[in-house]
Amino acid sequence: MKLRDVKEILDADVIVGEDKLDMEVNTAFGADLMSDVLSFAKSGSILLTGLTNDQVIRTADILDIAAIVLVRGKRANADTINLAKELKIPILSTKYILFETAGRLYAKGMVGCVEKVDNASARN
Amino acid sequence: MPVQETNHISYQRSFYIEGGNFNYAGIVSTSIKSILKQMDFPSNVVRKCSIVCYESEINVVSYARKGVVNLTINSNTIQIEVIDEGPGIPNIDLAMQEGYSTATQKIREMGFGAGMGLHNIESYSDAFIISSELGKGTRLLMTINIKQ
Repeated sequence: MKLRDVKEILDADVIVGEDKLDMEVNTAFGADLMSDVLSFAKSGSILLTGLTNDQVIRTADILDIAAIVLVRGKRANADTINLAKELKIPILSTKYILFETAGRLYAKGMVGCVEKVDNASARN
Repeated sequence: MPVQETNHISYQRSFYIEGGNFNYAGIVSTSIKSILKQMDFPSNVVRKCSIVCYESEINVVSYARKGVVNLTINSNTIQIEVIDEGPGIPNIDLAMQEGYSTATQKIREMGFGAGMGLHNIESYSDAFIISSELGKGTRLLMTINIKQ
């Protein structure tokens, strides 16, 4: 699906990256713990999170995360938004909770970037 | 007699990290990532280097007074050495264990401190050396092979 579809499905606001809504995104990872994101998230995935600080943007940049979806109606502060603009990482904000966000995307065909963590290939 | 493969240094640069300043945590890793990307290294090599660098940088900011990252690119490997001046690690085996953490609330608020850092660094490195001296600091040396 396209990032535009993610926006529609989640009734999300686009905070950064209005020009990137045609980007193709098909996998996702959801966590508030950036250490877990670094362990398991795959490049090109979208990141669903309730954490809104600079480290979310840095982590997304390090991993080449396609876009960040802030859940539970969270908003990032102006500095964090500027960092995302600088690093060209789209941010969407949805009022759905993490569970609903993931479920709604999954129902429309998006899958996890890894299914289970006992798969050693998660780190490669 | 076979010709021995050489591993010439082709690029070297140092970056400084200020301990305790979470506002800039990750800025060195972002720079190193962008340098490696510009040099056209394969994306999985860039990814591994960026992750080990970022986790190390977070550790320095979280626990140490200051630190330096030495990036060395050879013909076969990329080495990232992180040396900090800080409290050191009393028990390295324990610190390496997944889930073991001495993180403060502040570090946890950042999304870190779950005891995954050193473990992640080791698993993303092709070779990993850690040494630490109590009251002085910690040195990490991560080697990533350019040909994966």
